[in-house]
Amino acid sequence: METVSELIKTLADQHGRNRQNLLPILQGVVEQEKYLSESSMIEIARELDIPASEVYGTATFYSFLSYKKMGRYIIRVCKTITCSMKGKNQVLLAIQDMLKIGIGETTPDGVFSLLQTNCLGFCHKAPTMLINSDVYTELTPEKVREILSGYLAKAKEGGDYEQ
Amino acid sequence: MSNSDQLKRADFIFKNENDWEDILKKNIKRSQQELINELISSELKGRGGAGFPTGLKWKLSAEAESDAKYVICNADEGEPGTFKDREILSLVPFKVLTAMAICGHVIGAKEGFIYLRGEYFFLKPRLNEAIHEFETYCKTIHVDFSIRIFMGSGAYICGEETALFESMEGKRGEPRNKPPYPALSGYMNKPTVINNVETLAHTYTIFKYGAKRFYDLGVQFSRGTKLFSVSGDTPKPGIYELELGMSLADFVNDFGDGDTKAVQVGGASGFLVPRKRFTETNIGFQGKLTGISLPTGGSMMLFNSSRSMFNVLDNYLEFFREESCGQCTPCRVGCQQLWRGIKAVKSGDKNAQYLDKLLRLAETMQLTSKCGLGQSVANSFSSIVENFREEMIY
Repeated sequence: METVSELIKTLADQHGRNRQNLLPILQGVVEQEKYLSESSMIEIARELDIPASEVYGTATFYSFLSYKKMGRYIIRVCKTITCSMKGKNQVLLAIQDMLKIGIGETTPDGVFSLLQTNCLGFCHKAPTMLINSDVYTELTPEKVREILSGYLAKAKEGGDYEQ
Repeated sequence: MSNSDQLKRADFIFKNENDWEDILKKNIKRSQQELINELISSELKGRGGAGFPTGLKWKLSAEAESDAKYVICNADEGEPGTFKDREILSLVPFKVLTAMAICGHVIGAKEGFIYLRGEYFFLKPRLNEAIHEFETYCKTIHVDFSIRIFMGSGAYICGEETALFESMEGKRGEPRNKPPYPALSGYMNKPTVINNVETLAHTYTIFKYGAKRFYDLGVQFSRGTKLFSVSGDTPKPGIYELELGMSLADFVNDFGDGDTKAVQVGGASGFLVPRKRFTETNIGFQGKLTGISLPTGGSMMLFNSSRSMFNVLDNYLEFFREESCGQCTPCRVGCQQLWRGIKAVKSGDKNAQYLDKLLRLAETMQLTSKCGLGQSVANSFSSIVENFREEMIY
């Protein structure tokens, strides 16, 4: 894996160094690093030759651009009305129970982060969650435990999941 | 006002995409004026919810003089209860791409963008493949038009067209003052046509079958068909293409579970209609002769008698207070105060009359907010509080 500053240079080469390329660059860093550290925001500002405060101000506006260190798998449970009506809370409890973390927290081994999010656009198949960019619909506590077990197995294979 | 006896289903959008090459080739040879006239006479209005006449939008951009112009497909579908645009982009992407290229031909733009919401990232690889195939075909028939996907990053407000431009320009998604309107000064301050995914798909239907076929569907002021995203307490949640102008009673008859107490038309920013108003309410754009007509981006959420309307409003207000861009005070502070206010009434910290103060606050937000987000909070707030006041208190 590239270092962050190498990554930022690669992204800037790829997208361009104009202001309108800022979001794709921020997204590229988040994709690899799972968050935007202060130093990476300063580095991006230098690369695009704009004030670091502008980078910070833009990055923190968007809910998918985290500026706190996140886990390898970010779980986003939809909390909009239809998902709430169809059992979102039970699903959320099942996740919290299994991973032993609360909303907004990351497991100590850095594998999972749990967040709630606004409408994911699957109201007809509620409740719904995203894990990174994969969508899971019509969830039940059983189903969600099965899905997470799959991710846990995958994380173990990758060698960086230790219980 | 024409109340249909039953819902008139249609099947244009998801059908027959494989003729896109012919549609493109045929229409790219037609004159700009001819295409604009066709769109204007179809009376197609924007399907994102606001309902601006599409033909007029294209005409204004076509007439604007500029060295560069853009076509943007707004795929930042974030309204709670709406999920139709995702389905269009998954199932019939070439209709949207073709419509964008025809729009480029009409207004004189060589570049198009699809602003895709971050939540739909999983669509990107397949959509990119479609774009690649589309651009390859364009080259063979000497059409100079390229399309790129711009990913959003989880901000509802970026569906507002000027906030979307700001976002594409690398800034916070804060709406601009209007005018100038995007048709004259949009992305990079150049003339820009920005259309909802569904609107573009409908232009495909119009360019394929002609304006009259589209115009003959629906009712006066609300021509054509519309995709509805149906969710909530319904035995058949999903996406349906229906003619505009139906009465809500007919809709509930077909989609309700027999115990529907209210329908939220147009998502969190739309209106709640209680059972007693189902018959007099039509779904479509407002006009002098159409009675009570509610426009919608397509979100239809049904609630049965087991649901607390307080919980529904609480959920909507939490949504708005999180998604307000924070730029203008009425919206930033108003969303917070409405949310806190209903909780205070519910818990007994404030008396029931406090709801009237909150209704006045909602009215102030409607009058003074900078963009559609703050202006539309009052829609759901007032219609829920006024119709289910007792549920807000006890």
